Amino acid sequence: MSTEILMPALSPTMTEGNLSKWLIKKGDSVKAGDLIAEIETDKATMEVEAVDEGVVLDLLFKEGEVNIPVNKAIAIIGDPNEKIEARKEAPVEKVIEEKKIVKNIETKIETKKDEIIDTPSPKIEEDTNLSSEEITMRQALRDTMAEEMRKDNKVFILGEEVAEYQGAYKVTQDLLQEFGKERVLDTPISEHGFTGLAVGAAFKGLRPILEFMTFNFSMQAIDQIINSAAKTLYMSGGQINCPIVFRGPNGAAAQVAAQHSQDFSSWYSQVPGLKVIAPSTPYNAKGLLRSAISDPNPVIFLENEILYGLKGPVNNDINFSIPIGKANIEKDGKDLTIVTYSIMLQKSKEAALRLKEEYNLDVEIIDLQTLRPLDTETILDSVKKTNRLITVEESWPFGSVGSEIANIVQRDAFDYLDSPVIKVNSADVPMPYSLSLEKLYLPQVDDIINAAKKVSYIK
Amino acid sequence: MKKLQKADYIKMYSFMLKIRRFEERAAQLYGMGKIGGFCHLYIGQEAVVVGILMTINKNDSVVTTYRDHGHMIARGLDPKRIMAELTGREDGYSAGKGGSMHMFSKENNFYGGHGIVGAQVPIGTGIAFTHKYNGEKNICRTYIGDGAMNNGQVFEAFNLAALWKLPVLYIIENNKYGMGTSVDRAAAGLDLYKRGEAFGIPGEKVDGMNVFSVIEAADKAGKYVREGNGPYIIEVQTYRYRGHSMSDPAKYRTKEELDNYKQTDPIEIVKAEILKKKIATNDEIEKINKDTLEEIKNAAEFATNSPFPKESELYTDVYL
Repeated sequence: MSTEILMPALSPTMTEGNLSKWLIKKGDSVKAGDLIAEIETDKATMEVEAVDEGVVLDLLFKEGEVNIPVNKAIAIIGDPNEKIEARKEAPVEKVIEEKKIVKNIETKIETKKDEIIDTPSPKIEEDTNLSSEEITMRQALRDTMAEEMRKDNKVFILGEEVAEYQGAYKVTQDLLQEFGKERVLDTPISEHGFTGLAVGAAFKGLRPILEFMTFNFSMQAIDQIINSAAKTLYMSGGQINCPIVFRGPNGAAAQVAAQHSQDFSSWYSQVPGLKVIAPSTPYNAKGLLRSAISDPNPVIFLENEILYGLKGPVNNDINFSIPIGKANIEKDGKDLTIVTYSIMLQKSKEAALRLKEEYNLDVEIIDLQTLRPLDTETILDSVKKTNRLITVEESWPFGSVGSEIANIVQRDAFDYLDSPVIKVNSADVPMPYSLSLEKLYLPQVDDIINAAKKVSYIK
Repeated sequence: MKKLQKADYIKMYSFMLKIRRFEERAAQLYGMGKIGGFCHLYIGQEAVVVGILMTINKNDSVVTTYRDHGHMIARGLDPKRIMAELTGREDGYSAGKGGSMHMFSKENNFYGGHGIVGAQVPIGTGIAFTHKYNGEKNICRTYIGDGAMNNGQVFEAFNLAALWKLPVLYIIENNKYGMGTSVDRAAAGLDLYKRGEAFGIPGEKVDGMNVFSVIEAADKAGKYVREGNGPYIIEVQTYRYRGHSMSDPAKYRTKEELDNYKQTDPIEIVKAEILKKKIATNDEIEKINKDTLEEIKNAAEFATNSPFPKESELYTDVYL
C-alpha cells in the first residue's frame, strides 16, 4: 500500500510551505522517524520526519519550489511493486486531513478573497512610487526597520529570539547579520526586565524597537509601558521623553487558545502618553512603522500574525511614511460606514462586496490605521454622509475602540444618524481552543453583514 | 580609598545638613497643607547619597525611588525648585506635575524619582545600557530600597546587567523597613547584597550611617563598574528617623530602636571628624548651620510664593 506524504502544517498559521531541500531520493527506503525534507514555513525552516515506512516511489515537487499548500501531497512512499493508483487512505488520516482543510480555508479566506476584492485604496492608487513587486507584511516591517537602522545609529532592536533565531515570526530576519549583536539583541524571557531596560535606554536618548513575541506577553511588562514609558514626559514637566516602539503580533492567531489570543488595542488606546497603531496591509505597515520609529513618543505597534503573510505592493522610498493619527478611506460608499482596523479590514471588505451583490448597499470602509490619536474627523465626515455606522474589531466588546467611536458619533453627529451604531466584536469570553468555537468567537463576515442589515433596517 | 581634601569634608557636612534642614522644612510645609499627597523623608539616610556623591562624575547618571529629595539636593539641584515641586508650583522641577515622588533633571542626568517599587531598577539598567551603547565611560547609579529587593523585575534587571556587562552600580538603601514591614518579615535571607551572587554580581555590605565607609565602598565599586566589569551591588545599612511617609506614625518600631540609631547620627559623625581634624572651628560650623537654615527658609518661601501651574498646563507634556 502506498502513502502520500503531505505538506505538513508546521505552525498554527502556516497555510503553505517552501520545499527547501529533499533529504531522500527516489528509491530510498525510509522508516518512521527518518528525516525526509527541509520545509520553510512562515516562521522558520524545519526538518520533516517520515511517519510511515516504505520505499520512496516519487517526489512530487522539486527542491526550491515555493508556496506548496498545506496538505498537498509532496511525495509518495510504499511498496515498489504496487501500483500507485490503487492506494487507499486510512479513515483516521482522512478525518485529520479534512480537519486540516477546514482550518486551511479558515485562515486562507482573507487572502483568497483579498485577491478578488483588493482594489487598492485611493491613496495607494494615487501613489506613483508603488512597487511593481508585491511583498509580505513581514518583509515590509523588516525592510522598514532595516532602513531606519541604517539611517540612525540610535535605533536598535531587542526582544526574545529576534537575533540568532531570526525572529519568532521572521520579522527580524537578517537584521543580526547586517547590524550585529550590539544593535540586534536577544533577550532572556524576561519581559518586565527588558521592557524597563528599553524604557531607560529611551529616556537616555536611544530609540529602541522592542519586539514582544506576542502582545500577550506585554502583560508581564505593562507597568513599565504605562507607568514609566507613557507618563514620564508628563511627570517630568516635559523634560524626559521616551522614543520607543513596542511592536509584535496582537490578537488571535489560529487555535492558540485563551492565553495567546487577545486583542489589546483598546487597553493601550486608553492611555494618554501612548500612541497606538494597527496596520492592515504591507503598504500601510511600512508607512506607519517608519512614523512610529521616528516619533519621539512611546508607540504601541499592533501587528497581526495572520497578516504577516499578506502580500501587497509598497512604496519603497526610504522616506515614505504615513502620518500617525490619520485614517484611510479604504473604499468610498454612500449607504453605510464600516470603521475597522487591522485584520478585520479584510473581512469588512469581503462583507462590503457581498452587501453590494446581495443587498445593493454601497459601503464606505474606514481603516483607522492609528487608534490613538483617533481620526474622529474622518469618521464623523463619513457618518454625516452615510448616516449609518458599524464598527468591526477583534477585541472584546466592553470598552472597545468601537465603544469610544460610538460615543463620539452619538455626541458629535447625533442628528445625522438614521439608526443606532452597532459594534461587531469578538465574543465576551476567553478565546476557546476548538476550531469550531474559535470561529464562533471571532467576528465573521456574516456577523458584519447582519449588522449592516440591521443598521439599514433590512430584514 | 579616595583621598579626601579639607574642602570635601565641608562639602559633605554642608550637603548632609542641607538635606536634613530641607526635609524638616518639607515636613513643616506638609503639616501646613502646603505639600500634599505622598511625601517620603530622607532624614537619617543622608550619609548614603552624600557618600556616593563624593565618588561620581558629572556625566554619570542616577535613578532612584520616590524617596528622592535628598538625592536631588546631593546632585546639586536647586532646593528652591525642589521645594516648589513639592508644593506643586510652576517653578518645580517637573512644573508641578510630578510632585514629591516624580522629579527629574535631564540636564543633570537625574532620571527620577520613580513611584513604583522596583521599576527604577530595569530603567537604571537601561540607562547604563545606553552609556555602554554610546561607548561612554559613565556609569548609572541605581538606588533600590530594601522593600524592592523582593520584587521580581529587580532580578530580571540583575540578570540582564550581568549578561550584558552593563555599567550599573546598584545601591541598596536598607533602611530596615519596607513601609511598615521590617526586612526580616519580608526577605528570606537578610544579606541583600548577596542577591546578585547567582548572576555573578559582586556585593558588599556597608555601614550607611558613616559617610566615610560609604565613600570607601562606593569608590571601589564605582571603579569596578567603570572599568567595564559589569554591575556591582552595595548594600548600605541605614535608617530613616521618620515614618515611611508623612502619614505613617511608625508604630511598628520602638522608640529605643530609633534613639539607638540617633546615637550614630551621620551628620554628627562628620562634624566630629571635622572638629577632630581641625578642618573648621566651631564658629565656622555654626556659620554653615546658619547659612543652611537661611537657604532652606528661602527655598520654602520661594516654593510657597511660586504660582500654581496655568490651567492650560493640564494638557501639555502628554506628547512631545
